[in-house]
Amino acid sequence: MRMKLAALAAAAFALSAPVQAQAPNDAQIAHIAYTAGQIDVAAARQALQRSHDAQVRAFARTMVRDHEAVNRQAVALVTRLHVTPAANPTSAALSSQAAATLHRLATLRGAAFDRAYVDNEVVYHRNVNGALRDTLIPAARNAELKSLLQSGLALFTEHQTHAEHLASRLH
Amino acid sequence: MRRLPPLAALAGAAASAAAPPASHEHAVPIAGMHFGAPPAGLRAGDTILWVNRDIVAHTVTARDRSFDLVIQPRQSARVTLRRAGAIAFYCRFHPTMQGVLNVGR
Repeated sequence: MRMKLAALAAAAFALSAPVQAQAPNDAQIAHIAYTAGQIDVAAARQALQRSHDAQVRAFARTMVRDHEAVNRQAVALVTRLHVTPAANPTSAALSSQAAATLHRLATLRGAAFDRAYVDNEVVYHRNVNGALRDTLIPAARNAELKSLLQSGLALFTEHQTHAEHLASRLH
Repeated sequence: MRRLPPLAALAGAAASAAAPPASHEHAVPIAGMHFGAPPAGLRAGDTILWVNRDIVAHTVTARDRSFDLVIQPRQSARVTLRRAGAIAFYCRFHPTMQGVLNVGR
């Protein structure tokens, strides 16, 4: 449990600390948002390999469908705007943390895996939504990028509520 | 020579005698991860045109399974209401999205 809490705290730090020091530009925001989406797709694919729970699997399929759809639109937008997403310490920290989470969950099976996956989804969406609301959306300069992030926040808020309902069933 | 009534008049009389109450089509948006409010005064035989303005796919699924539509982003789909009553519906992909159609006779 101590390790799990430490991992969650690190994920929250990754999303908030570097961007508080200096507001990210649009190229960095695009990279952070795309990376955050890819991370959740990878987590969902792991769940589809390991979980046998119908509701957990349905949630994971929605995460793949929705985050891939948003990222396709993000790629189309930055291509049209001639913006090259720029790697930055926040997206690097997110990727590193996600790799550790995938590794930790790979040791679990059955109900223990389902609980760990869904618990992580609750915290991950809460952190991403907080970063979107408080940092990334206010900092975005391009109106279309800001609009896509706002649509994403509405979508990911539903994901968070969905994950919270699942978590209350699993515990 | 006996005069026959115009065919158009006969056809019109037949249509008005047999026609059921006119059915209507109502557009209901899906936007910002919410179903728009269904219109008042729905009747059996009416059609709902669901318009998905969101950036992801949704379903409109009746709890009684009388319809189950999958609507891609920025696409729309129709369902004709076959019976009167309260029809609860939701999105299978996003279960927090839900609503009720109140259909009169």
